[in-house]
Amino acid sequence: MTSASNEGGSEKEMATVTGRPNTYLEAYGELIAERQERDPVWLRQLREDAWTRFDAKGFPTTHDEDWRFTNLASLAKSPFRRPVKGSIAVSAREIEAFRVAGAACQLVFVNGHFAPELSELSGLPKGLEICSLVAAIDCGMVGVAPEGCASDGIEQHLGRYADIRRDVFAALNSALWEDGAYVRIRRGSDLAQPVHLLYVSAGAGEEIMTHPRTLIVAEPASHAAVIEDYVSLGSEAAFSNAVTELVAGQDAVVSHYLVERENLSAFNVSTLRLEQARGSNLSSHSILLGGGLVRNNVHPVLSGDGAECLINGLFVGAGSQHLDNYMLVEHAQPQCGSRQFYNGILDGSARGVFHGRIVVHKDAQKTDAKQTNRNLLLSDNARIDTKPQLEIYADDVKCTHGATIGQIEEEQLFYLRSRGIDEVSARNTLLYAFAAECLDRMHEPAAREFAEGLIRERIAELARNRRTASSAAATEEEVQQWEEVR
Amino acid sequence: MALLEIQDLHASVGGHEILKGVNLTVKAGEVHSIMGPNGSGKSTLAAVLARRETYEVTGGRVLLDGKDLLEMKPEDAAREGVFLAFQYPVEIPGIGNAYFLRSALNAIRKSRGEDELDAMDFLPFYKERMKLLEMDDKLINRSVNEGFSGGEKKRNEILQMSVLQPRLAILDETDSGLDIDALRIVAQGVNAMRSPDRGFLVITHYQRLLDYIPPDVVHVLVDGKIARSGGPELALELEEKGYGWAEADAALHA
Ligand SMILES: Nc1ncnc2c1ncn2[C@@H]1O[C@H](COP(=O)(O)OP(=O)(O)O)[C@@H](O)[C@H]1O
Ligand SMILES: [Mg+2]
Repeated sequence: MTSASNEGGSEKEMATVTGRPNTYLEAYGELIAERQERDPVWLRQLREDAWTRFDAKGFPTTHDEDWRFTNLASLAKSPFRRPVKGSIAVSAREIEAFRVAGAACQLVFVNGHFAPELSELSGLPKGLEICSLVAAIDCGMVGVAPEGCASDGIEQHLGRYADIRRDVFAALNSALWEDGAYVRIRRGSDLAQPVHLLYVSAGAGEEIMTHPRTLIVAEPASHAAVIEDYVSLGSEAAFSNAVTELVAGQDAVVSHYLVERENLSAFNVSTLRLEQARGSNLSSHSILLGGGLVRNNVHPVLSGDGAECLINGLFVGAGSQHLDNYMLVEHAQPQCGSRQFYNGILDGSARGVFHGRIVVHKDAQKTDAKQTNRNLLLSDNARIDTKPQLEIYADDVKCTHGATIGQIEEEQLFYLRSRGIDEVSARNTLLYAFAAECLDRMHEPAAREFAEGLIRERIAELARNRRTASSAAATEEEVQQWEEVR
Repeated sequence: MALLEIQDLHASVGGHEILKGVNLTVKAGEVHSIMGPNGSGKSTLAAVLARRETYEVTGGRVLLDGKDLLEMKPEDAAREGVFLAFQYPVEIPGIGNAYFLRSALNAIRKSRGEDELDAMDFLPFYKERMKLLEMDDKLINRSVNEGFSGGEKKRNEILQMSVLQPRLAILDETDSGLDIDALRIVAQGVNAMRSPDRGFLVITHYQRLLDYIPPDVVHVLVDGKIARSGGPELALELEEKGYGWAEADAALHA
């Protein structure tokens, strides 16, 4: 009983969007001029190729199969501007609320620019190298590295994985990125504490855009966790378009956490591209709680034998939030496993999308791919579109999927209440139990606790809303079959 | 004042009238048994008393210690001392068994202005009750009723009852699906709780349970009405003659 796509009026409107604000071209022109002396040739080339691609393709419409359920008209017509560096003063006190207890370090970016005075980089553990990406590029050009920073390895990886041909947002980011983090985990290093990357948008009256770019290089047999965290100060609409490339060497074990908790006017598009060597084990945990229009792309490529990937997520939306999750899992080599688990909770007129596409290439025999998407709709106006897709070119593979849509079960609610637990607490308990399934798959204690705190807070807000869907007695039901594509 | 007073209670589910004028009075200290054929409305009566909102009351009055029970939400009824041991206990994934019961106990204690118990205070007390019901320790941290056997679920209901110490306990076919050992354990758990200020409504099909828990009064519910009431001998008579007899009798008196 999945709802249909948003056909009709909105789609026609999308299709006729032609003009794009010239703020993008302006930003590109400014940036190219500013970076002329500093960007190495290969990077200038990357920006140029990416810009050409974006300029030619423009923002996708709902005619584009990958964007069927997400209408970008409001994003596409907004004249987001490039923020002026240092124009907004953010105090350490304002950042305090966003710290992650138990983190190894914290890099803070305000409107896309690294803010060293707000960051905490003292006492870095051995084996961790971390700095601002643009600083690493710059020091590579002048040949002096700031402490903890090394530019080698960047050229080898940056822009090699994110697909600017297929994905316009990756192209836009590749053309316009100004900063982000460069994280390198040295061979064999085992980092117990997570790295925290905090991206703050602080509009102060202006609608700004940022294109954070993160590169994480995990050398063979290293172990680490990185939290990418998007927050806002103030209520302005901001557009964050992030790209993260995470390259895992042989047997590396890395967890990536995406936390979206921006204000409800925010536009957030993020693309996580995971490149996995033989035997590596990567986890992507996405926790989408905030933002107005959110698109979360996760794209692992299992390109070495026996690599494993866990894609774990929770999206919680209310009001008119739109949370779109687009998973593209590519099995390129044999004996790899991927597991996707996404839970969604939607209230009000919120809308969620789970699009899970698994591609099994010709050589990827013995692939074991699993996908599960479970959803709770708390109101009659909330909606989820779930779309499993399978593209197989190998014959000896195992792919399973399951998607369900349900409501809070009246029977369970009554059971709790019949024992003296009030309705709000009972709802909270049931919603939290559903949401917390994702926590069991997180294995870094500090990151897990951080996620748990955020989820608790968000679920408590939702539980206070007593409205239940009219079909409250309906139990979870199985929806959607694989769509086979070639 | 009676502990529970049900007067001409009518109730419907999904537009169908199920209870068609039930009258029943339970005094503190008494055990009443409700017997009757499948579909006669026993579970409906239990659900209405526990204030399940999907069961619509269309007429009558129910007083609990003189208070209007029908005005109460499920949690209020529980806090006033109503406990329902479910015919089909509900599985609640993701919520620990002990954690759940402590939350329930604390919600009830709080409503009475009593201190809440932390895990340290609660656990020894909980474990002791578990032992009496011969329940495995491994059930402590499992999700509520999830993966429990039928017998474990029923014992878990009695465990909850013994911790929450209700004023009115309603047992809905707690005996069904139990083997003789489990039946004995459950009955012991119930008997240990019999007291002058507690009342029981024991819903069952069989005399068997009543051998262990001797009732003061037996009622036969047929087609949403109490067809007959009597002493323990009524249960024996039913066992012998079957419900057909009570049904025919009800038709005669209608
Ligand atoms: N949720 C429900 N929806 C529709 N009908 C119901 C529901 N619950 C009970 N009934 C009907 O009400 C009648 C009485 O059911 P119940 O109270 O469960 O009987 P008993 O417990 O005596 O076997 C039955 O005919 C049953 O089918
Ligand atoms: Mg019944």
